[in-house]
Amino acid sequence: MVSIMIKKLINSLKEYDSKADTEHRSKKLFGLAALYNTPNEIITAAADVAGKGYEKFDVYTPYPMHGMDDAMGMKSSKVGYVSFALGLTGMCLALLMIWWMSSVNYPNIIGGKPFFALPASIPITFEGTVLLTGIATVLGVLILFNQLPKINSPLNDTDFMKRVTSDKFGLVINADDEKFIDADVRKLFLSGGAFEVQEIYYRETNLGIKTPIFDGKFISIIFATAILTAIITYVTLNIVLYDVVPFDWMWNQAKINSQSKSDFFPNKAGMREPVNGTVARGFLPYEYKGMPDSSVKLLSNPLAVSRKVLERGQERFNIYCSPCHGYFGEGDGRMRDQFPKPPSLHNQKVLNWPDGNIFHVITNGQNVMPSYAEQVPVDDRWAIIHYIRALQRSKNASDEDLTKSK
Amino acid sequence: MDYKKKPLPPIVGKAGFGLLGIGLVLIILAFAVNTQRAFFDYLWMYMFLVSVGVGSLALVALEYLVGATWSTPFRRISEFLSSLIPVLAILVIPLLFGMHDLFHWTHPETLQNDPILQSKAPYLNVNFFIIRVAIVFAVWLAFYFLFIRNSQRQDNTKDPALTRQSIKLSAVFAILFIITISITAVDWMMSLEYHWYSTMFGVYYFSGTLYVSFAVAAFCAVKLNENGYLSERLSNNHYYSFGAFMFAFNIFWAYIAFSQYMLIWYADIPEETFWVIMRMKGSWAYYSIGLVFVHFIIPFIILLPRSSKVRPGLLTKMAVWFVIAHFYDLYWLIMPTYFKEGFVFGWSELGFMMFAVGLIITVFRIRAAKVNLVPVGDPKLESGLNFHLN
Repeated sequence: MVSIMIKKLINSLKEYDSKADTEHRSKKLFGLAALYNTPNEIITAAADVAGKGYEKFDVYTPYPMHGMDDAMGMKSSKVGYVSFALGLTGMCLALLMIWWMSSVNYPNIIGGKPFFALPASIPITFEGTVLLTGIATVLGVLILFNQLPKINSPLNDTDFMKRVTSDKFGLVINADDEKFIDADVRKLFLSGGAFEVQEIYYRETNLGIKTPIFDGKFISIIFATAILTAIITYVTLNIVLYDVVPFDWMWNQAKINSQSKSDFFPNKAGMREPVNGTVARGFLPYEYKGMPDSSVKLLSNPLAVSRKVLERGQERFNIYCSPCHGYFGEGDGRMRDQFPKPPSLHNQKVLNWPDGNIFHVITNGQNVMPSYAEQVPVDDRWAIIHYIRALQRSKNASDEDLTKSK
Repeated sequence: MDYKKKPLPPIVGKAGFGLLGIGLVLIILAFAVNTQRAFFDYLWMYMFLVSVGVGSLALVALEYLVGATWSTPFRRISEFLSSLIPVLAILVIPLLFGMHDLFHWTHPETLQNDPILQSKAPYLNVNFFIIRVAIVFAVWLAFYFLFIRNSQRQDNTKDPALTRQSIKLSAVFAILFIITISITAVDWMMSLEYHWYSTMFGVYYFSGTLYVSFAVAAFCAVKLNENGYLSERLSNNHYYSFGAFMFAFNIFWAYIAFSQYMLIWYADIPEETFWVIMRMKGSWAYYSIGLVFVHFIIPFIILLPRSSKVRPGLLTKMAVWFVIAHFYDLYWLIMPTYFKEGFVFGWSELGFMMFAVGLIITVFRIRAAKVNLVPVGDPKLESGLNFHLN
């Protein structure tokens, strides 16, 4: 079935290849084309044509010929400038991308280096420069030399083109050259040793304003190809190759996942026990656990009061404390009918407590209240204490406080 | 080939002898005033001459190896420059007497108290060091004489078999060159700080050798041809190739130098970083930043446009620039071990530089007096003369 389809396709391609250029040619002359036998003839002919002052002409040879640029009097091409400009753009874009990703969008400390460090960005900058330079060079060649929106030259599919792509050397002078006079050009060609001169006419389609690149059929084929490619890629990667190493999206990696078994260790546990006495960062053991309040009073709040600290305290208080103590510390939280009502934080006892005592209660727990040491890190506890103090003051505000806040 | 041999103008010989003489006087003074500093300067000059001499021999081999034709008319220039190799074999002898001044690892008391050095001792000991120097010079001298003999014999015999033989030799030399130049770089320069190591150090020095060899060859080629010593058929197309290769090795050096720096910067291991930190102390910091501009950025910008690669006047100026940049680079590699607080450039350093330049000119002149400036018997010469860019 497939082989028959492939055979059909090959046959149709062969047929297309051998088909003569049946497309209708208009009466408008594109230019005169001459064929030469030897490379030396074509170089002298090109120099001749350039010397006579013709500007719109081109040479077609089966292989690149050294010395042709000089003979044709060509100036160095402008592609280099396009490449340079886009290379610089690529460099700037790459730097900008690295800077934005590593220090704005997703700042992440890697190896103790600054978020944006020049040495680390040089390789990507280099790649970006090279990438855009390469793309610019290809596009520059397509637009400047191949005149991109035009995709078909009147020379295509002519006898002339068939000869110069196999064994002959050709030269074409365009009819729209200022100096173009039919008889003169023919004389010039024949005196230079051309063995054949052909007239090349425009195709009807070449004369229209519409270029085939904006043709509906062409564009829809491009889009259809893109969509088809996307679908095939999606199906291949996400369904067909989903479980096949190495296309498995790195599901299977040669590493031990947490909480899983490993044959590498004698006790078959993938995770290792920390060394005895290890203390996690921010989780220093509480020295006053279960101790009488007296020694706790020595602790004073290490955090300075600031808007940021108070807001942090408020946030943490609302999350961890307010369910029982209520948003304002009056003991009327959302859990009030399910637990014994906690005392108000505004009673004389708590007002007289030093900060250390409140810290002790949060860390150690008291009566029904459990320890919050696991949920609330040390700094957050002190921030909560600042917030509780602010709440207490708001209930007992003096006149001076009001004038101060003006 | 319409080559007619002309003797070089006497000014070349005078300039060479002048620089050599002044340099020699300054060198003797330098040794009398401060022996250790003089030995570091001597090492600096020696490494530069190795770059030019051995790098030029590598260019000769490279031409055979890749079958290049554009460089055939200029091959004699690189051959003349590679005649520095026999001279270097003599120049290296005083350096061996300065090893105690240059290399801290040669001191027995250092070895006794340094477990890291003890583990490196099987490679890094004076006897094996001298054996390596001898082997390296044996390789260089052998290939130098073989290449030169084949090339000069061909002037009379025009025998293409000699080219075929040189092609085979060049394939062997390409491998030996990389090994010997790496050994030279590691032994003479990396071992100055014997705790430090960089696996890229050999490539780093290699990139510098070809950088300066292309520059010196370009300088001689353009100067000789502009004054009518080579051939009328050599033109901008040939100059462009020199410019392109200078540009290419400029970028290659930057690539290698940056790769070495970035790995040290990223890993941040004290055994490696101290070498860079030495080059960031005091005025060395400015020197190091200057290296980036002098060696890479400024030549890169100047040589980037195509038009500057075909302008003979600019090309010779850039060649001089490259020579200075290579001196600058080697100074950066060697001197921080001696000048720990900041870089110093005095009459002593200038004297060694003058001696090096004078020696290159003199060796070139002596060789150019006897031998054709163009390899007239080379079968590739005709296509080399016809070389066109486009």
